[in-house]
Amino acid sequence: METLQHDIVIVGGGAAGLRAAIAAAQASDALSIALVSKVYPMRSHTVSAEGGAGAALGPDDSPDLHAFDTIRGSDYLADQDAVEAFVAEAPGEIVQLERWGCPWSREPDGRIAVRAFGGMSVNRTAFAADKTGFHLLHTLFQTSLQFDRITRYDEFFVTKLLVEDGRCAGLAAIDLRDSEVRCIAAKAVILCTGGLGRIFAFTTNGSICTGDGMALAYRAGVPLKDMEFVQYHPTGLPGTGILMTEASRGEGGYLINNQGRRFLEGYIPGKMELGPRDILSRAIMQEIEKGHAFQGPYGEYVHLDIRHLGERTIDEKLPFVRELAEKFVGIDPVHEPIPVRPVVHYMMGGVDTDAMGKTRLEGLYAAGETACVSMNGANRLGSNSLTECLVFGARVGLQAARDALEAAVPAANPLAQLAEEEEQRLLSSYLDKRGGGERIAPIRTDLQRTMERGAGVYRTEESLKEAVEEVRGLAERFRDVAMDDRDRAFNTELVSALELGNMLDVAETVVVSALERRESRGSHTRRDHAERDDEHYLKHGLAFARPEGPRMEYADVSITRWPPAERKY
Amino acid sequence: MAERTISLKVARYRPEHRPDQYFDEFDIPYREDMVILDALNHIKDELDGSLSYRWSCRMGVCGSCGMMVNYKPRLTCSTFLREFYPKPIVVEPLENFPVVRDLVVDMTSFMQKLQSVKPWIIRHVDPPMEAGEYLQTPAEVEQYKGFSMCINCMLCYAACPVVGRDPDFLGPAVIALAHRYNMDSRDQGEAERQRAIAVDWGIWDCTFIGECSVVCPKDVDPAAAIQREKVAKTTNTMLSMLLPFGGHE
Repeated sequence: METLQHDIVIVGGGAAGLRAAIAAAQASDALSIALVSKVYPMRSHTVSAEGGAGAALGPDDSPDLHAFDTIRGSDYLADQDAVEAFVAEAPGEIVQLERWGCPWSREPDGRIAVRAFGGMSVNRTAFAADKTGFHLLHTLFQTSLQFDRITRYDEFFVTKLLVEDGRCAGLAAIDLRDSEVRCIAAKAVILCTGGLGRIFAFTTNGSICTGDGMALAYRAGVPLKDMEFVQYHPTGLPGTGILMTEASRGEGGYLINNQGRRFLEGYIPGKMELGPRDILSRAIMQEIEKGHAFQGPYGEYVHLDIRHLGERTIDEKLPFVRELAEKFVGIDPVHEPIPVRPVVHYMMGGVDTDAMGKTRLEGLYAAGETACVSMNGANRLGSNSLTECLVFGARVGLQAARDALEAAVPAANPLAQLAEEEEQRLLSSYLDKRGGGERIAPIRTDLQRTMERGAGVYRTEESLKEAVEEVRGLAERFRDVAMDDRDRAFNTELVSALELGNMLDVAETVVVSALERRESRGSHTRRDHAERDDEHYLKHGLAFARPEGPRMEYADVSITRWPPAERKY
Repeated sequence: MAERTISLKVARYRPEHRPDQYFDEFDIPYREDMVILDALNHIKDELDGSLSYRWSCRMGVCGSCGMMVNYKPRLTCSTFLREFYPKPIVVEPLENFPVVRDLVVDMTSFMQKLQSVKPWIIRHVDPPMEAGEYLQTPAEVEQYKGFSMCINCMLCYAACPVVGRDPDFLGPAVIALAHRYNMDSRDQGEAERQRAIAVDWGIWDCTFIGECSVVCPKDVDPAAAIQREKVAKTTNTMLSMLLPFGGHE
């Protein structure tokens, strides 16, 4: 098999991957950079981010205040050294994107405008109306097009990291166009594949968010960190799960129950609608349990009411919310409240890295939602994730560039052999496979229901133990999967099968990590262990792959200047 | 009451099995709130796993799921079955592109055209980063904002008769993107970009039929962008003839 040689190969073309590619390209014109993605970069899920990107930009703000808000929001599980690096570099990244042409919304005098967001104590969220992710992604993608040393492999699905001599030296990927397996060798491999929301039934995430990079790293022996921390966003449209941005509340919107009350008075009166997502999602679930929610065909919901903002503000600041609500539920938010319910949105956990994006496997790096640096701890604040992609994308790109300039070229021979073995595995497991009694979709649907039921907003020992057993049963069924499609040309059933394999692996780490954390912290709420327990669990959980299921280890949290305290708002 | 159903005729192309395009017909359960993409997913998940198509965000912003729906280019995630029910619906790959498989078209040439117009900020002099952001008033943002909303769904290419006749035509979305940067107060690359678009296969190829702007799901109005670039190029050319030292180029 032919080996394609690059210095750096980046997997994933969203905000983190593109930012890493540009950083590496700018670091040295001697570097050859490959950007491999299962979709064209502008299709990446960054595109769906709406509300904005947080950074201490204003005169009333400071990096320290941003750090404190982030750490308090994380329920003190964030690594404070990573948070300090993040808040220090965040403003520079917002300005960098501005220089590259991002159409940030502006103050009348021409400066970048900032808006209020949940859990942030001052206005610090830069935004491009409510299509911030879309504009950020297209700006990064278009900017990346000027660098000839970035070679794109669009619509290539990475199936395996190639590890040789204790070092990640490349990967095997399927070219979807003809299903040929390619071997790409590199001195540095960076995973930027986004989240895993699709392991849940009800999610804001696009179909491509299947935990691919996490599964790749996990199978290569790198632990997945803090996987129990799954963020429910308080406001998704029932049925589809389409996100109604937090900016709706940042601009002044209300959450209202079926009694006509702004019920957050009873939960977080100091912050109301600008509380952090974990607390607001729990509040809505409790309103549902009290019978204070509306009934609909897709479950109970509450109202997000932005009518009082007026048509002008809505059209200027929240045009996408109006467009989405009108198109998908037939409601004009200028005149009617929007039905919303908590929806799986973001993964705080991910591939264990240090603050430069390095994993413990030499040659392997990660950034963005795929990675767990950890700056989000047990609960991420809204608008920190786009900035995280920029800051840690740039950091990992630079770090990989430095390392690649010093590293030796990996030998093509053992690598090509590894890729050929991978090709044989793919053929015998899928494309040339005969027989099999299971279809892909029912396994996937069962997995999504299992996760929602067992590892949702509220969890118990029992629900999680059941979920662990069910996920393992589904993995067993998956081994007997049958393929309808054996074509080589753009075989999306093969992609679905590979994605489902990834989803099952990462789902198991979520439920096992959640089972083993017998406390409530941030987004992880145990009915049977309702309190935070710093004595035993002020720790990161690390899930290591084993054939019989993940083995858990625990690591200390980095605490620099903000001693853990009660999380009060 | 019996479950309501709707019939979908879906274009298939599986070059490893037969050389031509053909149609498969599927009857699927109908609900008022289903979009075309839900119907395709129902087919793939329940009836025929071999059907291939692209999709991701299902909220009309990633641009993956453009197809011909009853002979018109549409985003399938944002097009409801109820618009057609109870009549059958024909789903085909986007017009004016080579087909790779079933509903998947080849975007290679589109991506090359996109890159060819230099869609990035071009500056003669770049102030140091410490100088902070370029100031840009809300009115200056408005100058280009509309043209920055393109999601690269390529519906305008499927609708454009010129693209159908001349596959080399840069096309509506790409010229609109060039115009977006030309209209950006931070950019100084208009002359370079005009060299890429003021060519026979660029703005002069457009005969102003305007279908691109009709089908655009994001109201980008590429037809207006092309006309404005024609005017800008003509003005610049005349200025450079009248004022050899003061013209744009």
